[in-house]
Amino acid sequence: MAISEATREQMQQLAARYPQPRSALLPMLHLVQSAEGEVTTDGIEACADVLSITPAEVKAVSTFYTMYKRKPVGKHHIGVCINTLCGLLGGDAVYDALSERLGVGHDQPTADGEFWLERIECQAACTHAPVMTVDWEFMDDVTPTSAVDIVDRLARGEQVASTRGPVIRDFRATEHTLAFPLDGLADEGNPVDAKMLAGLAVAKERGMSAPTSTQEG
Amino acid sequence: MTLTPIITEFWDDPTLYTLDGYRAHGGYRALASALKQDPDAIISTIKDSGLRGRGGAGFPTGMKWSFVPQNDGKPHYLVVNADESEPGACKDIPMMIANPHALVEGVIISAFAIRANHAFIYIRGEVPEAIRRVANAIEQARAAGLIGTNILGSGFDLDVVAHSGAGAYICGEETALLDSLEGYRGQPRLKPPFPAVAGLYASPTVINNVETITNIPYIIDRGVDWFRQFGTEKSPGFKVFAVSGHVNRPGIYEAPLGITMRELLDYAGGMRDGRPVKFWLPGGSSVPMLTADHLDIPMTYEDMAAAGTMLGTGTPMLFDDTVSVVKAVTRWLEFYKHESCGKCTPCREGTYWITGVLEKFEHGHGSEAEVDTLVNLCGQIAGRSFCALGDAAATPYPAALKYFRDEFIAATTTSADEQFDPVASYVFAGAVAR
Amino acid sequence: MTITNNTGSDLAAVETITVVIDGVAVEVPKGTLAIRAAELIGTEIPRFCDHPLLDPVAACRACLIEVEGMPKPQPACAQVVSDGMVIRTQNSSPVAAEAQAGVMEFLLLNHPLDCPVCDKGGECPLQNQAMSIGRPESRFTEEKRTFEKPINVSAQILLDRERCVSCARCTRFADQIAGDAFIDLLERGAKQQVGTADDQPFDSYFSGNTVQICPVGALTSAAYRFRSRPFDLVSVPTTCEHCASGCSLRTDYRRGVVTRRLAWDDPEVNEEWNCDKGRFAFQYQTEGRISAPMIRENGELRVASWPEALGAAAEGLRQAGTAVGVLVGGRATVEDAYAYQRFARVALGSDHLDFRVRANSDEEAAFLKSAVAGAPVRTTYADLESAPAVLLVAFEPEDESPIVFLRLRKASAARTAVLSISATATRGLEKMNGTWIPAAPGTEAAAIGSLDASVLDQLRQPGAVILVGERIASIAGGASAVQALAASTGAALSWVPRRAGERGALDAGALAGLLPLGRPLTDSTARSEVAAVWGVSADSLPKQVGLSGEKLLLAAKSRTIRAIIAGGVDLGDFADPALAREAFESTGFVLSLENHHSSVTEIADVVLPVAVVTEKSGTFINWEGRPRPFGEVLRDALMMSDAAVLGLIAQSLGANVGASDVPALRRQMASIGAWQGARESAPSVAPAVAAGGVALATWRYLLDAGSMQDDEPHLAATARPATAIVSAATAASLGHPAEVTISGPAGAIALPLEVGTVVDNAVVLPMNSAGCVVARDLGAGYGEQVSLRAGGSA
Repeated sequence: MAISEATREQMQQLAARYPQPRSALLPMLHLVQSAEGEVTTDGIEACADVLSITPAEVKAVSTFYTMYKRKPVGKHHIGVCINTLCGLLGGDAVYDALSERLGVGHDQPTADGEFWLERIECQAACTHAPVMTVDWEFMDDVTPTSAVDIVDRLARGEQVASTRGPVIRDFRATEHTLAFPLDGLADEGNPVDAKMLAGLAVAKERGMSAPTSTQEG
Repeated sequence: MTLTPIITEFWDDPTLYTLDGYRAHGGYRALASALKQDPDAIISTIKDSGLRGRGGAGFPTGMKWSFVPQNDGKPHYLVVNADESEPGACKDIPMMIANPHALVEGVIISAFAIRANHAFIYIRGEVPEAIRRVANAIEQARAAGLIGTNILGSGFDLDVVAHSGAGAYICGEETALLDSLEGYRGQPRLKPPFPAVAGLYASPTVINNVETITNIPYIIDRGVDWFRQFGTEKSPGFKVFAVSGHVNRPGIYEAPLGITMRELLDYAGGMRDGRPVKFWLPGGSSVPMLTADHLDIPMTYEDMAAAGTMLGTGTPMLFDDTVSVVKAVTRWLEFYKHESCGKCTPCREGTYWITGVLEKFEHGHGSEAEVDTLVNLCGQIAGRSFCALGDAAATPYPAALKYFRDEFIAATTTSADEQFDPVASYVFAGAVAR
Repeated sequence: MTITNNTGSDLAAVETITVVIDGVAVEVPKGTLAIRAAELIGTEIPRFCDHPLLDPVAACRACLIEVEGMPKPQPACAQVVSDGMVIRTQNSSPVAAEAQAGVMEFLLLNHPLDCPVCDKGGECPLQNQAMSIGRPESRFTEEKRTFEKPINVSAQILLDRERCVSCARCTRFADQIAGDAFIDLLERGAKQQVGTADDQPFDSYFSGNTVQICPVGALTSAAYRFRSRPFDLVSVPTTCEHCASGCSLRTDYRRGVVTRRLAWDDPEVNEEWNCDKGRFAFQYQTEGRISAPMIRENGELRVASWPEALGAAAEGLRQAGTAVGVLVGGRATVEDAYAYQRFARVALGSDHLDFRVRANSDEEAAFLKSAVAGAPVRTTYADLESAPAVLLVAFEPEDESPIVFLRLRKASAARTAVLSISATATRGLEKMNGTWIPAAPGTEAAAIGSLDASVLDQLRQPGAVILVGERIASIAGGASAVQALAASTGAALSWVPRRAGERGALDAGALAGLLPLGRPLTDSTARSEVAAVWGVSADSLPKQVGLSGEKLLLAAKSRTIRAIIAGGVDLGDFADPALAREAFESTGFVLSLENHHSSVTEIADVVLPVAVVTEKSGTFINWEGRPRPFGEVLRDALMMSDAAVLGLIAQSLGANVGASDVPALRRQMASIGAWQGARESAPSVAPAVAAGGVALATWRYLLDAGSMQDDEPHLAATARPATAIVSAATAASLGHPAEVTISGPAGAIALPLEVGTVVDNAVVLPMNSAGCVVARDLGAGYGEQVSLRAGGSA
């Protein structure tokens, strides 16, 4: 699909954010995914055009990073962390359950274009293992049952909230956020959960605190 | 040793991520004082504090800053490495979500010190919640005149950009991060020149980890002596530890450097079901694993090194005796193979080879000779690859073999799942062990 | 070379340091890389990604060495040595040897064992290295990575990804040297591979270099793939005949047939590169050759014996007397061109000579005689590299002298400001980081007259250079203005002809009024000097300046010129092909010395076959004025050079022109020596002004319909397609049609429309490409008026 003038305009805005325009290439490719649902040949050519580089150079970059897909991702991207900690603590079972539920394997879209399943690497949420993501928003501490339930609810069009983030939108919306992060959702939900406060809670419980001045120390 | 919530002290205030919430707890006080100082004085303060990089390598921050040539007529850049992707590391992302303004304040002070008028926070793309919260904090700070031109009347100008990555562990390597930030494939650069001399856009650049930069306002506000009362001579200060694995209360625990794993484990409620620690890693998959015999070693850069491992990111992962070490190591190698950038031969080909052999072991195949061949192959990568990713990939296997050789030999005939029922290591209720 | 303040730093004594490698102390310039320092003591450290003309990447890790004081082995290709550094290579360090062996084992892991069918087998660095330090048996029993067998990255270049070792030499070449980043590394980790964009192949003029520098058999050319084994080939150093850059080549042949050509290492000229035309266009040497003399009888050419054909040639010429025009095509060697003019002047008594089988003018002739002919080497490639500024006039280096382009691109990356007075800013100019000085086609002289003071200041800097191309002949006042500009600014002026033989033919005196090495024919001293060497009386040489250019053709048309000798001439190359055809058809007798049938042999009365470059020795003089001698490649060839054939004709005429073998001709030219007397004065022609309407800008693209590129379909497929390029405003005035029709006096051409950086009211066309042969189809030349309309029905 041809890249619209509006999207090109946004690409120019991204390029203007940096001292050297090429720095905008990663956000621009996120923007392409938000507009196209994948990194298309047209998207690559538009990036190349805006940055005055070759399409080969853009393709080289787009194929290096795993978040960029060369097939339509569909409505929701579903990630399951299968790195050692999450995987062995139950992520493997979560992935198997979702793979069975969706009928697809790693890095594949469902036939109805609703979901894309991916075995993802460490999501920097090991304290919340096993971790799943929907459109890259956190779904912490999942089980095979809860993970399948999330997918079922999404499939039914029900509202699903991230455990540490906003109500789930869709893959394209998240990709837009990655290009233009001021999406107005910073105030949604309270992402600071009990696990992030675990140490603070213990400290309060046991009356521990850090000295705020040298004298107290 | 007690817990010392400093960075995490007010995380339970749900408004902390806002400018007002942060200011209510003394936020941006350090900035006001810093902007009245000579930038060199700030560099000296950070040098004197002994703060070491919290991203894994532990390089002294003040020294890194002092490498930036001054009055060279070139623009300077500050780049925050917020590409937290190390397996086991999960402390920077919570910091950016819970208290993004502390990072932003640290960025402004640090940029002022190294005379940078442009700062970039390179956040891994897979965590939009962190990106939107940091971007939101930048925008609020900009609106309040804390970012922009003539900040607080100091004459200092600064632009800060929250930049999204797109999925590549290698971009945590600082020169790969720079290439990525310049819009290229994130492959590491030749050094020299070092980033302090020729970094972003071939200009002097400082790259610091999120936690490192978040420390800066506290040091400026409370002083070197206050900072140095925590930790040891060589590892001063405090650390945001993220404890994960088979513990009863995984989560964020802030304590002085020098606390032991046993103490942290106690705060985290001990191991689940009272099971023993089989192995644990102090700070990410790239540092050698330890066992229950090492729980009393102080968590400092120097003590961990003496024990043959590294503090790394300071985010311990603990595994109990339900876990197959063969499976754990195989999974890490699959990760390194997946994340190898492809630039250099040892890492690209070595991870491919080693992973193939380990996958054989995991399924109960292979030979005892191959158990030793793998050690040799790791030796052909370590110290010979282009960057530390290769070194990291060559780490888990020899470290595991040191303690669990029998388990690897058994794996050549008996699969990991036969040796250890995978369900037993699951943490959710309803998982039933065989 | 003049030493100036500007370049003084380059010429200052090189600071050296001493390093110890394997116990041997060696003194090297500061900044030397360990891998180069080791070469100086005869130690070859293994390498794959390293290439001396590419920035180091230290990616393959094959060159790991031990450096005292460093805990880890270091890559020798990126390790700058310092004074007193102690280095141990694989020859003295078990650590280095073991590290290198480990890397080799890794490199071979996924490399297919297909050496027996691989083009690189026998000359493969990876194979050689595997033989010396590889393990006899692999420890790797897992599955090898496989890819689909070769994919085309262009019509010419094939990529076998299984063989690739990710050294990135090809992608770095494409980006750093050629500026054509149409290939790049895709994917990552073990899946990393070289590739192109979805819709843009690797159509670079320099793509063949990637095949040559590939250290494995991953990149091959369609032209050479599976043609032969390197150990069956005989290699001969040669010079490229395609343009005036003067590349050193290596020509490989097997059983009397050339199988491939490679760029040869000549740091002063082509470094280690050449263009794809020079590399791949050589089938013309074997395909469709004229193998025997021919005589026209009853309107048809028939094969004749040499004595019969020589007799017919002599008879035809005898009847024309001195009214014979001699035209020397652009592919003549300097020795052949010299033989033509000596034959004309001694055997025929004619001075009707020209080598400019293309657009030309009297003004140009005056410029060449006054400023170029027989001049010593003045401006060199190295001078371009150190020049503060280089001004291009009527010259498109990427198309017209590709090695000049590469050197200017390299120079511009370091220090040189490249400026171009042109109707269009091409991508080539962009790749040289060039500044465009717009001028409507044909009005360049006027543009020179109104250059900004800042440009004049740039040209006044010591070391500044002006390069003019062959199109200067189409611009009224152009040569005059350029010479005046050089004189007023002090900038060096060089003429960069397009064809390989032109500078040599000029130096040889193959132009009316010009004796060898810059001597004016009208100067009695000059005539005496030449006559003495030729062993004839000065009085026997023509004293009147003969006809050249259009005048010569008109005279032939009117039969004032009664015979023409054409050596390697194609009528289509003249500015007015119709006039040329009439001239050849009208004149009494046409003798063609040729190797292929052509528009001239269609008309010729006698056709004598001559050798191509592989069948003779000779010399091309490149644009610098640097002789580029080459020897015979195929020694068993029976073909004679033009000079030898002319010698035989002279014998048949009973004229003594002296020896015609290459050493003798070279000796004669050396004896004549440089001209010390007065030269013709510079031309002074008023600048042309824009005539209104749409002006034509046109030149020959590097890869086009030129006959020496015949029978190379893969090469031709990488040529730039013919389009009509106009400015955005001109396109808008036409209503942005997909196709336009360009019309001239002789007809019209329809082409796809392309918007480019072009002056308004001008159209850029390739001069001689498939579907666009400007002189023939339009009857208009550079700077002349054409009309443009939307739509494609020509």
